[in-house]
Amino acid sequence: MFRASTYLRTLPRPFPATRRFFEYAGGLTLLFFDAVRYIVTMRFRPSEVVKQTAFLIVESLPIVLLTSGFTGLVISLETAVSAVQNGFDFVIGGSVAYGTVRELGPLLTGIVFAGRSGAAITAQLGSMVVTEQIEALKSFGASPTKVLVVPRLLACLIGMPMLTTFSDIIAVYGGYYMAWLRAHVSYTTYWNSVNSFIDFIDFEKGLLKAAVFGALVALVACYEGLRTEGGADGVGRSTTHAVVTAIILVFAFNFALSFVLFQ
Amino acid sequence: MTARAQVAADQLQAPPADVAVSLRDVDLSYTQKLVLSDCSIDFKRGEVTTVIGLSGAGKSTILRLINGLRRPDRGHVFVNGLDIVSMPERRLNDLRARMGFAFQASALFDSLTVFDNVSFPLYEHTKLSRTEIRKRVDETLEAIGLSDVAERMPAELSGGMQKRVGFARAIVNEPEIILFDEPTTGLDPIMTHVITDTITQIQHRLRPTSIVVMHDMPSVYAISDNIAMLFEGTIIEAAPAAEFRRSRNPIVQQFLEGSEVGPIPL
Repeated sequence: MFRASTYLRTLPRPFPATRRFFEYAGGLTLLFFDAVRYIVTMRFRPSEVVKQTAFLIVESLPIVLLTSGFTGLVISLETAVSAVQNGFDFVIGGSVAYGTVRELGPLLTGIVFAGRSGAAITAQLGSMVVTEQIEALKSFGASPTKVLVVPRLLACLIGMPMLTTFSDIIAVYGGYYMAWLRAHVSYTTYWNSVNSFIDFIDFEKGLLKAAVFGALVALVACYEGLRTEGGADGVGRSTTHAVVTAIILVFAFNFALSFVLFQ
Repeated sequence: MTARAQVAADQLQAPPADVAVSLRDVDLSYTQKLVLSDCSIDFKRGEVTTVIGLSGAGKSTILRLINGLRRPDRGHVFVNGLDIVSMPERRLNDLRARMGFAFQASALFDSLTVFDNVSFPLYEHTKLSRTEIRKRVDETLEAIGLSDVAERMPAELSGGMQKRVGFARAIVNEPEIILFDEPTTGLDPIMTHVITDTITQIQHRLRPTSIVVMHDMPSVYAISDNIAMLFEGTIIEAAPAAEFRRSRNPIVQQFLEGSEVGPIPL
């Protein structure tokens, strides 16, 4: 019997990198729509979403707090003294808050989240693949998307904005501490500056970015985990690939979202 | 293909009613390597059929084909008279709900307790209440002699206990077809006896169609109604257990004797 697929397989395949890119993008898109189908029809366990959210937040929170705290400190360190010397002390709080809430807060949290929680998700699902747990799941007629991907996707969608909120607060407070320590900027001056430079809508847009980054990290991490091949070596490869891909996508989407939301 | 055309195609070549599972002229290859070639076999309803063969011969692949985890390159796989090869995933899942699969390495969900593992198929496919599920899981665990491990994690159990929990998960929803993948591999003789005893008890209690893959011959003789041998991708002999032992096929005889001398290349 003639089979087109068998015949096509024998043909030379041009542009392998381009083909791989589209295969990857297509795979991610299909996984996304499959997950959305289960979310819209409410076919998932809410208790598992709560469990995953708690797990992912606890995993990433200490690192997020550290990185955002130091970021706030360094922005203030670089600007506070020269700003005060030139009579621009009213911009210090604003510059820290503006950069943090709109850009650095969601971006740094996304990167840390990809490195910590994204890696954990891929390693967990990858291990499940190599120990036949995913096949076991399928053998009982259960969908890995429904049981594993949806709770993690929702957990990341909820968890990333929460982490970003903590990140924003710590960075702005860190900035105030350094401005007070190095340039003796008063509490009132700093917070008046913060209030005059940013609106609540900026904070909301930052959280929207964070939610998108959370979804990206979850999708990439789950996709890489579920297509793991080989043993422990394969899990390591998938995890590295997931983290690298997620970070690149976070940067790319950060640019695109800034362009759309803030221009 | 429309639903009507699908039903017509299924009925056209469907095996007789006493055959629960049937493979017809199946070819399957993994990355250029042909694993199954023109492989055909019938598994009788309500009986235990064991597939034996060399390591890496493709025995476990047969179980994955029956469960729909793999699709063949060519040929047909009938389960309860329906050809599952081109069956959409949703219909296949309905069929899987009536199947149990005990994996070689147990494949227990390591983030869930024994209770959650065993109750998983019930939560997925039944509308039983929590109390009824608790009762059913407790009964199943008791039937396989593991009534006191329900709240433990899989990592806290021995290999033999994990196998039995895997069995419990496979039988908890009382499936029509149970697939056992190498149930005694890597176990000591006592645990092997416990496992074969468990399979016999399951068969006696539920009367499912059991398809077992293994090559531990004393266990094979202990549990099987029928035995089939897979060699170089095809079934070379399939017969009731007593008849199979008397086979004149030199490959079968060499395998049963465990001899180095014979037609099987080392």
